[in-house]
Amino acid sequence: MEIIIAGCGKIGSSVLANLAQEGHDITAVDKKPEVITEITNVYDVMGVCGNAADCDTLIEAGVSTCGLFVAMTDSDELNMLSCFLAKKMGAKNTIARIRSPEYNDSSLGFMRQHLELSMALNPDLRTAVELYNILKFPSALRIETFSRRNLEMIEFRLGEDSDLVGKNLVEIRRKYDAKFLICCVQRGEEVFIPGGFFTLQSGDKIGLTASQSEMQKLLKMLNSLRKQAKNIIILGGSKIAYYLAKMLESSGTTVKIIEQDEERCVELTSILPSATIIHGNGADQELLMEEGLSDCDAFVSLTGIDEENILLSIFANMQNVPKTIVKINRDELVTMAQKIGIDSIVSPKEITSNILVQYARALENSTGSAVETLYKIFDGNVEALEFRAEESSLTGTMLRDISLKPNILIGGIMRGRRTIIPTGTDMILPGDRVIVISAKNRLNDLLDILK
Amino acid sequence: MNRKMVFHICGQMLLLEAVLLVLPLAVALIYREKCALSILATIAIAVVLGLLIMLVSKPKDTVIYSREGFVITALTWIFLSAIGALPFVISGEIPSYVDAFFETVSGFTTTGASILTDIEGMSKGLLFWRSFTHWVGGMGILVLVMAVMPMTTDRSIHIMRAEMPGPVVGKLVPRVRQTAKILYIIYIALTLLEIIMLLFGGMNLFEASVHAFGTAGTGGFGIKSDSIAGYNPYIQWVMTAFMLIFATNFNLYYLLLIRRFKAVFSSEELWVYLAIVFTSIGIIAINISPLYGSVEETFRHAAFQVMTIVSTSGFATTDFNLWPQLSRSLLFILMLIGGCAGSTGGGLKVSRVVMLFKSARRELKKMLHPRSVSTVRLEGKPVDDKTISGVGVYFAFFVAIQLAVFLLISFEPFDFETKLTSVVACFNNVGPGLGAVGPAGNYAGYTAFSKILLSVSMLFGRLEIYPIIFVLSPSVWLKKR
Repeated sequence: MEIIIAGCGKIGSSVLANLAQEGHDITAVDKKPEVITEITNVYDVMGVCGNAADCDTLIEAGVSTCGLFVAMTDSDELNMLSCFLAKKMGAKNTIARIRSPEYNDSSLGFMRQHLELSMALNPDLRTAVELYNILKFPSALRIETFSRRNLEMIEFRLGEDSDLVGKNLVEIRRKYDAKFLICCVQRGEEVFIPGGFFTLQSGDKIGLTASQSEMQKLLKMLNSLRKQAKNIIILGGSKIAYYLAKMLESSGTTVKIIEQDEERCVELTSILPSATIIHGNGADQELLMEEGLSDCDAFVSLTGIDEENILLSIFANMQNVPKTIVKINRDELVTMAQKIGIDSIVSPKEITSNILVQYARALENSTGSAVETLYKIFDGNVEALEFRAEESSLTGTMLRDISLKPNILIGGIMRGRRTIIPTGTDMILPGDRVIVISAKNRLNDLLDILK
Repeated sequence: MNRKMVFHICGQMLLLEAVLLVLPLAVALIYREKCALSILATIAIAVVLGLLIMLVSKPKDTVIYSREGFVITALTWIFLSAIGALPFVISGEIPSYVDAFFETVSGFTTTGASILTDIEGMSKGLLFWRSFTHWVGGMGILVLVMAVMPMTTDRSIHIMRAEMPGPVVGKLVPRVRQTAKILYIIYIALTLLEIIMLLFGGMNLFEASVHAFGTAGTGGFGIKSDSIAGYNPYIQWVMTAFMLIFATNFNLYYLLLIRRFKAVFSSEELWVYLAIVFTSIGIIAINISPLYGSVEETFRHAAFQVMTIVSTSGFATTDFNLWPQLSRSLLFILMLIGGCAGSTGGGLKVSRVVMLFKSARRELKKMLHPRSVSTVRLEGKPVDDKTISGVGVYFAFFVAIQLAVFLLISFEPFDFETKLTSVVACFNNVGPGLGAVGPAGNYAGYTAFSKILLSVSMLFGRLEIYPIIFVLSPSVWLKKR
């Protein structure tokens, strides 16, 4: 599919890299020539230098034949305008990044409709939602939810004292009375989709699916259930912090935001009346101690500087804060941070890319069982996908009689209100939502899992 | 540097050359010539050598940067010429290897400078191969590979940039592979069109394809010692038109295909190029009118000679060595300018000339108004300073290398004019120069040393200097990445 990406900053270029890897024909538009030079050197894409809301630039980028137009510039207004123009000039679908809170209220629907946007994407809000999910369920490093909330996939790392260490999956299944499925294991750099006789080791990062209630039960049995965080310190008063605080406020959590810029502090107090806003430098350890870092349940580091976030979360860990979450934007730092034991990481870039990859795949496959949700987990090596099953050769056959491609696993089936953690005797019926875990495969359709 | 990847690709290129040699082999077999055996032997050598290189260098990672792109390009061209010269030597038609190498480099670089004194005595299979190298070298052999083989790396743009002529290489469509394919499809279509047009002029299929290859690559190898002079006016006009077409930026043809006519007609480079061509034709036609009978004949010779020089082909319908000084001087200047960027022509390229003049004007203005700020614009868009200074540096190298070669061959027993135009004609991939190397002469009189030097300067000109400089500089090879 032909895709135009306007605005190739941090998020734009990450989206571009992911979509290029998917095999799409991509044209990048940016107003800085050096950005275009860099991008065309590294990726096999075409570059057009110019203003994304200029018709001539759009024509040069080939807007009239493109299947998807994505506007990712810094400015919400520019994104809206260029998407509007692109749509009028023949782009089939348009996605605009709109992140300002003023636009992300009740007026968004009206705007989307009249600008004919296929999607208004707010990376900050999506990141905040992910942070919120982790804070509600701090046992997990990350938590992936699917369209029905009752099936979740959580990631956590096995400590040395974990009961699961040294057992293989068959034994684990026999021992615990809960319905769950270990879908993928990361050991060092390698990723496995485990079979029944796969033995877990300490230090493994595992991803498992279970229904929400079973998950609580399981974690209780494993003694690793942690209470929902009730007292949270957020560093940096960015838009993400605002969205997160807003969500936490309504669930009765105490939120403290530390922000350096005084003006922004004043602004925040007016839009977040019940949060405590502290004006000060978050890198100042004295200040953090004074504000009760050692007593808080969770510490979320959201400053604009990745390195600062990493260092401060190390400091928080030293103060025995039960849960620290770090925002990291640069991919290379993510791997480094994991090496020094920082596991709970969110990356707005990655979240946005996942959404767009999923959207592009669904566009390519408008007839069959298209992808409804997509997560790239374990450093992008594994994909967790949600499909809606249509009547096909797959449906109505017992799973053990279906021959799947290697490195593919069915992680869960949602049928109406029921959640099924599948065994060999279960089957997929039309209308089910199926969670597929896949490594080293690119799935566009549910039927792609068949050999 | 990723040496394994570099040699791996070079190995692939040798295999490709073996495939390309099948075509002249077929021609030789059709005409039942002895040279078929020598071509077959060369194919065997290329396959064995190519496989050997590929076996020895299995790359662990396929990432290449611009440095590798340059080196791959330079090495590929050197290897291809070295192997491509073998059929001439093995068959004994060009006994000296240096001569054969000169002839092959001249072919691949689309120069068309020849050391042959008796062209009519050559076998048809080898004449076909000689002209076919023009066709392959014109659009670029690595670009051909990108079009037909899935490249293993995302960054093949570095290779394309090193091989395609012009100050900035842009893509037509997002994928390098797709871009290469489009370019080759346009190239093949235009070549076929020319073959058909030439067939109508009374040429047989062999003649028509050989001359079409020569025009398409803007090379200039013919099959007669008097080049095109013996053919009828229709054929001469057709070839004039196609030389004009092939020395135009190919991106414009793509824009025509996707119906963006406005973009084509507002192309600044195209207009400057046409202005240069038609002004020169006019001046030369007036200048040489006393020499020829009819107006048509005057214009035909003027147009053909201007096109053959501007497009850097090097055919001839008449010995322009005998023309008045004004015309000869003009042709000499046209040799240096060459065709458009993104075409198969050589020379400095029209777009660089335009940029040089514009930046010179800006510098002059800066001297008068030291605080003035202005940008150089090309095709209606501002050109960034990096590109401008890049063009300046390129021009400096362009002059320096030609002067250096000129100095090195000064011991040869030719006159000043011959030596100067030999260097310029080889470097700019034109072929015939003035004096003893004019359309009626050839390069056979040079010593082996000078022939190799001139071959290298042809490669310098075709690959636009940098790849050859890098492949010759030890620091590229010594340092580990």
